[in-house]
Amino acid sequence: MMQLQCPWCGRRPENEFHCGGTTSIVRPPIDCSDEVWGNYLFFRENPKGLHAERWRHTFGCGQWFNIVRDTVTHEVSAVYGITEAQPRAVEP
Amino acid sequence: MAAPHGAWIDRSRPLRFDFNGVEVKGFAGDTVASALLAQGIVHVGRSFKLHRPRGIFSCGLEEPTGLVDIGAGRYRTPNTRATDIAAADGMTTNTGNVWPSLAVDLAAINSKFAAMMPAGFYYKTFMWPDWHLFEPAIRRMAGLGVAADGPDPDRYDEVSQQVEVLVIGAGAAGMQAAMSAAQSGRQVLLLESGPHPGGWLASQSLRGEANSQQRLDELTRQVAAAGVQLRANCTALGLYDHQLAVALETVDDGTVRERLWKIRAERIVLATGAIERPMLFPDNDRPGVMLASAVERYATHFGVACGKRVVISTSCDSGYDVAASLNAAGIELAAIVDFRETSARDAPPGVKVFRGSSIVAVSGSRAIKGVTVAANRGGKSESIAVDCVASAGGWTPAVNLYSMAVGKLRWVEDLSMFVPDPPLKGIESVGACAGAFELELALEHADVIGRGNAMPAPVGGLGIVPARNTPTLAALATLGRRSGKIFVDLQNDVSADDVELAARENYRSVEHLKRYTTMGMATDQGKTSNINALVLMGELTERKPAEVGTTKFRPPVKPVTLNALAAGRTGERYRPLKRMPGHAWHETHGGLFEEFGGWLRPAAYCQNSEEIITAAEREALHVRTHVGIFEGSPLGKIEVYGPDAATFLDLMYVGTMSTLAIGQARYGLLLREDGVIFDDGIVARLGEQHFWVNTTSGGVDRVALAFEEWQQCEYINHRVLITPVTSSWGNVTVSGPKAWKLLAAAGFDESLAPPNMKHMTMRELEYGGVQIRVMRASFSGELGYEINLPALHTQSLLERLGEVGREFDAKPYGIEALMVLRTEKGFLHLGADTDGTTLPGDVGMDRGIAKKAANFVGRRSLLRPVALDADRMQLVGLLPVDRTSRLPTGAHIVTKTPPAPIDGFVTSSAYSGVLGMPVALAMLKRGFARIGETVTLYHLGRTLQVEVVKTPFFDPKGGRLEG
Repeated sequence: MMQLQCPWCGRRPENEFHCGGTTSIVRPPIDCSDEVWGNYLFFRENPKGLHAERWRHTFGCGQWFNIVRDTVTHEVSAVYGITEAQPRAVEP
Repeated sequence: MAAPHGAWIDRSRPLRFDFNGVEVKGFAGDTVASALLAQGIVHVGRSFKLHRPRGIFSCGLEEPTGLVDIGAGRYRTPNTRATDIAAADGMTTNTGNVWPSLAVDLAAINSKFAAMMPAGFYYKTFMWPDWHLFEPAIRRMAGLGVAADGPDPDRYDEVSQQVEVLVIGAGAAGMQAAMSAAQSGRQVLLLESGPHPGGWLASQSLRGEANSQQRLDELTRQVAAAGVQLRANCTALGLYDHQLAVALETVDDGTVRERLWKIRAERIVLATGAIERPMLFPDNDRPGVMLASAVERYATHFGVACGKRVVISTSCDSGYDVAASLNAAGIELAAIVDFRETSARDAPPGVKVFRGSSIVAVSGSRAIKGVTVAANRGGKSESIAVDCVASAGGWTPAVNLYSMAVGKLRWVEDLSMFVPDPPLKGIESVGACAGAFELELALEHADVIGRGNAMPAPVGGLGIVPARNTPTLAALATLGRRSGKIFVDLQNDVSADDVELAARENYRSVEHLKRYTTMGMATDQGKTSNINALVLMGELTERKPAEVGTTKFRPPVKPVTLNALAAGRTGERYRPLKRMPGHAWHETHGGLFEEFGGWLRPAAYCQNSEEIITAAEREALHVRTHVGIFEGSPLGKIEVYGPDAATFLDLMYVGTMSTLAIGQARYGLLLREDGVIFDDGIVARLGEQHFWVNTTSGGVDRVALAFEEWQQCEYINHRVLITPVTSSWGNVTVSGPKAWKLLAAAGFDESLAPPNMKHMTMRELEYGGVQIRVMRASFSGELGYEINLPALHTQSLLERLGEVGREFDAKPYGIEALMVLRTEKGFLHLGADTDGTTLPGDVGMDRGIAKKAANFVGRRSLLRPVALDADRMQLVGLLPVDRTSRLPTGAHIVTKTPPAPIDGFVTSSAYSGVLGMPVALAMLKRGFARIGETVTLYHLGRTLQVEVVKTPFFDPKGGRLEG
């Protein structure tokens, strides 16, 4: 079980959180093509290595935030706000 | 042996326990194994497959053969290691898989046919005609212990702990690392799986010249002085992400049986030591053949001589250390049989050493009588009378935990061992588990690591040279007869021949070897056998063990009872059910409670010996004719506030909420982004910026989660506060033609009367000094009031309505009656009438979408080709043509005799008392266009003609809503 750094509550065990998957996916406009919408709904990268994803501290402050996590080592190299850009140093 | 031998036992506290009906005497501090050995009981079990006699083999949790079931009845725990379980006064211990008894095991006939039962035997032999014919009998013959016959009555608990440095293993290196970490200012926890710290220092304390007792005393004193927390009898079972260790403590203070520790550490130092490997020789499984380190530990810790005359079979210098200990303990040594030509250490004076030699035969079956020794290069053999063989075939660093943390292993050829390399982030290894066997070097390394600095482990020591430790063909030839089986894995009866067979049949990968031969499986997970098997396989296939590889280590390090992991979360505590605030009132009214979405709710209020379904039909009819009282407290309630609350809800719901006037309410559907309906409920506007959102009882958590996610991650500039308030508010629903009469009699304000308060409106008002929120809404089709009030007043409102209601024959009704009522009205029940594919158009709720401006969640998905498919199933009503046959939920609507594709299925079904016939809802292909058709229902081999009809079945104009 991982330990995640909630930006508001500090380090807490993984089971207090809810993983929301890949972060910063842009929602296409309503007049987009079926293919664009299908990609938005169903297609995700599954990287071996760095992955930017969003989590919610459900059994805590309830706030969503972003992290960059290595999917192999589980090392978390960045924690940043949901509206913030991914720190440059850790772009996959 | 007499005192002073046996440092771990307390001779002033004798105890007795039962082993297979025999009374065994021991002392406090004994393990089951040490007490058995002290009494001369060497034959303790039968092997898994061949039912050969087996004895105690080790002195720790690596034990492959000394397995016993402890306790009786519900307390019985099967397959525990006799070497790892403390003996307790009055305990019951039994051998698991013997029939009828240990001495006379009829299945031992298997061993006579051993030549015919090689690896893969079951799969090859019992293929025809069907493995399942043979499986029950084989399962009975194989297997180990006997399971408990009921739920475990013992208590268990679980504790979480946070430490700076966790050191696992309190041998010399572990103690040193812990002490050094503590001295450099860290908070340190030191775990020891045995009852006492010390490791090799403790087990070699009989040898005066090594000064190990003095060194141990000194280390123990320093560890305590440095403030290290030491927890003995606590075995680390596994390492998980981000330095989480899970450990199991055996507790003997009577509070709980075992305690599970979840320990999060900034840094973990592994000091788990090494496990000795046995020498391989024919019949090396006989009771009395033991690991040399075990023979030494039984003498040192428990004052037990494992034999009157011992021969040491070795291929490394540690065999000579054991010889010195046994000599110091006064145990007679017959000889040392060294596989090598030379050794760095000397035998005790007067002890004969056979160099370059091997044991080629063992005599005796249930106990050893002697061994035959021959030179590896051939020549004459010699027989020696002994009753114990101490087997020292080298050392295997205990890298399980390191490997679980996804550490990589490096094969060291000249030491024939895998060592951890490189260290992991936050996880380091010291001492023997790092391959460091020279005490002084290991302590120096542990000191550096303990202080938080880096240093490569000083791998080496103990003169461990040959990987191979089986007698040569030349040596075996001296016997002049066929030699016995050489066992590689004692627990699974895997012999050298089986490994050879696997190689010949091309099961060369270590994972194939494991699965083909069962090598390394079951309770010991091959702790004493894996490396020997790998070396053998490597030789047979001309590969280095590193190329053969090791199987993946997985938790737990030793078997653990499921109840220890559950730690009390069993029975009702496994998933506690929520109770409604009016629970007691339903109890006094005969409510039959069942679980609905995590809540314990009355399904019905059965009278006399009435069936639930009969009660539900009676209650439903009563609501139609009189008035019913229902508690809807679990109904999901979320308050949404803020300047952008209205526009936010427009983005969430299929319907438009921003056009609601204050006090008005509207039903709405919630979709997932893929367009599928995921919840529904009524939204009421209490103020310009304040909405009251009802969700389904089971769906409120996910609705609140979805609202939050959209608000925080997508609609970030919408100023909205989302507050789930389900448990704060009770909900009492009064339905039926006399609903207002009842409320009026109970003193509710005239402003709530039907002409004054319209259907689908909500009012805030005071009642009896309490602020309440009353909504006129109806899931039954009758005049209905949902009275929301602070949860703690729910019970008294139910009591008051119950008393006042006598005049109107008001009766409580349960969930099942509600289901009858809503089915009669054709109202949707999420999860019953919908599934993970249902779109709003499928249930006729897509009206108005085209005109709506907001791009609500899921909207774009309703334009996908799959959503526009004309063949989609749609929600319709069904009536049996004969108007009497009930329509089973789940029944298929078919056009051809099954098996064939179906046209639809029944989603809800009820007997309508008020209509006098069964009614049902169904999803049917192109259903809306097929009203009036007669279709065929198929259920469990029977067919039934039904008519497709429009819903609602009852009161289609909705006139009854006004009472």
